[in-house]
Amino acid sequence: MMQFWQILIDGFAISSLYALGATGFALIFGVSGVLNLSHGALMVAAVVAAWAAGSDLHVGPWTGAAIGVGVGFIATVLTYFAIVRPLQETRKIREEEKEIFILTATLLWGIMIQELIASLYTNNAKTVEPIVAGVVWIAGVRTPANEIFTAVVCWLAIGLLWLLVNRTRAGKALLAASMNPRGVTLLGIELSHVYIAVWAIYGVLVGTAGVLLGMFLGVSSYSVGPLTASAFSIVVLGGLGSVSGALIAAYVVGYLETVTAYLISPAYRTIPALLLLVAVMYVRPRGLLGRR
Amino acid sequence: MTKRKRETASTAALLSALAAGAAVLALPLLVTPGHAADPIKIGAIAEVQAVVGSSIPQAAQLAADEINAAGGVDGRKIEIITYDNHSSAAESVRAFQRAVTQDHVNAVIASYVSEVVLALEPWSGRLKTVLVTPGAASDVITQNIGKDYDHLKYTFHGYLTSTSLARLVCAAAKDLLVDGLHMKTAVITSEDAAWTTPLDASYEKCLPEIGIKVLDHIRFSPDTTDFTPIFNKIEGLKPDVMITGVSHVGVQPTVQWKQQEVPIPMFGVASQATNSSFWADTNGATEGVLYQGVSGPDVAVTPKTLPFVNAFKAKFGNFPSYAGYTSYDEVYYIAEAIKRAGGSTDSDKLVEALEKTDYVGTIGRVQFTGKDSPTPHALKIGAGAITGLMLQWQDGKQINLWPADAANGKVKFPKFIKVGANP
Repeated sequence: MMQFWQILIDGFAISSLYALGATGFALIFGVSGVLNLSHGALMVAAVVAAWAAGSDLHVGPWTGAAIGVGVGFIATVLTYFAIVRPLQETRKIREEEKEIFILTATLLWGIMIQELIASLYTNNAKTVEPIVAGVVWIAGVRTPANEIFTAVVCWLAIGLLWLLVNRTRAGKALLAASMNPRGVTLLGIELSHVYIAVWAIYGVLVGTAGVLLGMFLGVSSYSVGPLTASAFSIVVLGGLGSVSGALIAAYVVGYLETVTAYLISPAYRTIPALLLLVAVMYVRPRGLLGRR
Repeated sequence: MTKRKRETASTAALLSALAAGAAVLALPLLVTPGHAADPIKIGAIAEVQAVVGSSIPQAAQLAADEINAAGGVDGRKIEIITYDNHSSAAESVRAFQRAVTQDHVNAVIASYVSEVVLALEPWSGRLKTVLVTPGAASDVITQNIGKDYDHLKYTFHGYLTSTSLARLVCAAAKDLLVDGLHMKTAVITSEDAAWTTPLDASYEKCLPEIGIKVLDHIRFSPDTTDFTPIFNKIEGLKPDVMITGVSHVGVQPTVQWKQQEVPIPMFGVASQATNSSFWADTNGATEGVLYQGVSGPDVAVTPKTLPFVNAFKAKFGNFPSYAGYTSYDEVYYIAEAIKRAGGSTDSDKLVEALEKTDYVGTIGRVQFTGKDSPTPHALKIGAGAITGLMLQWQDGKQINLWPADAANGKVKFPKFIKVGANP
């Protein structure tokens, strides 16, 4: 019984974090059709920035976290302007080949960020000082207060995103752009403005998810690949481009991993989720809630 | 998407530009130029991007600078050539081949990762070039030499073997945990890697000998990010202490141990905890962690220790990792061996001379086991050789607690640790 609660609580925290990380990734694909393979690198950059601010500049945990989110945001927007946008706009690459070029370019960009971080701050793991310390007891389980904080912030961020998309004019334009880009242009909305807005939102989500991950589990430059892969498989499982699909998939993957780690072995943590992904690809290739 | 590919000049240029950019960042090969007439060249193959590995070439360079400033080896300068292996065994083998065949090094100091050294060991035999590791621990390295001495005699184990590490941990545990804190039970907790297989086997043997019952033995993948289920399982077993064996991981289990307030102390081998930067890396979560070491920032193991630490700090701005101490000593005793061999850098003569090493370095008196030992070329341990230390992170500092004559503090745990709570 104790273990049931332990799995429920731990799984919830990790799943919420996955959900936040994957939401941005799904959003970017849904609206602009970009699969950003530098996703993990951007998250790690946010963590290392928050860590460096704390240990080198001796700022408090709130300021450190803010610096981390800021660096995640800047790195993401830079990714758009320096890597993605030039490839989207160039006439030298044929339209139908652009997707693969963007895929390759973001992958290489991610590797560059990873190597830069490793050479500046070593490839040893870094963690961000938690904003809330200590433990609380929930149903007999000693739970770090930081885990609750993580889940709350993740859901606040996801809730704000939902309000933004469904309750504001700009958000509706964004939603429309994901459904029919040409239609949006005909309505007089500048598509490139929509793209900039969605990358900016993505930047905040990436920075926040990164800093929370840094407080909860910690990352190293080696985490770049696994983080991208995890976001990618959650988004594919949920249905490419579907944010609500990604949310559901994040919880499926998060709990599947936690249950495996507790009941079988931590060493096999990721395997069942990957098997599920393969199974879904066979039975329902568009994912849980995919539109195409 | 079309299947047909039409590569225009500009797309090719774009890709190659990206690839070149990646390559530039991925390969920061540091080659130190040298101009001496007939210098002695020592290659340093290391994990330059890792905290432990980064000290290896730096400490070697410091030793070479000191030797050169004092006139070199009978007038010949020592030149250190550094190769970054990106923590990869395959890249290490390529670096070793290049060091021997192109750069004509006379000896190589390589790596703190057992998997890397085990990959280099046969190459050291094939290319007949002396290889000394400042930080790998697996006993298999010297066991291999014992099985095929004629071919593998070029490898020297310049750091403690896992078995030695376990024996030193048990010796310290006897004094500090059994006699000092009346502990009776333990769970062995280690990462799944080449060096921990012999380590765990020795723990299982020596812990019962000092009166500690081993309740369980948990090995986890070095890729583990969430340690909650592992700590959860250990806590369920109610041991007095966790006896650790971690090197590839360190920051994450320590931070999660603190965050989850796991009430069981950690004691054992934790390589990353030996780094002075570990406090900052864990935001202070390492408070109370006990770890085996061959050196500590303020511990004068020998008269050479503190001058080395201070010179290193002055030159590089941080304290050396444990592999820095050994790497520094290795350059010195390789230089001495060349002198003993009458200035010859012939590998066979160098091996003979190195076997006669009797050098007081920064971590103690360095002597190797002989060719007739089942594990030749391992460091001798114990009184009069290398005894090791047991340190604890306290309030941002690495305090030595054992052996008593070199101690500068007492065991102290953070509040969440419950000593004696599990009768």
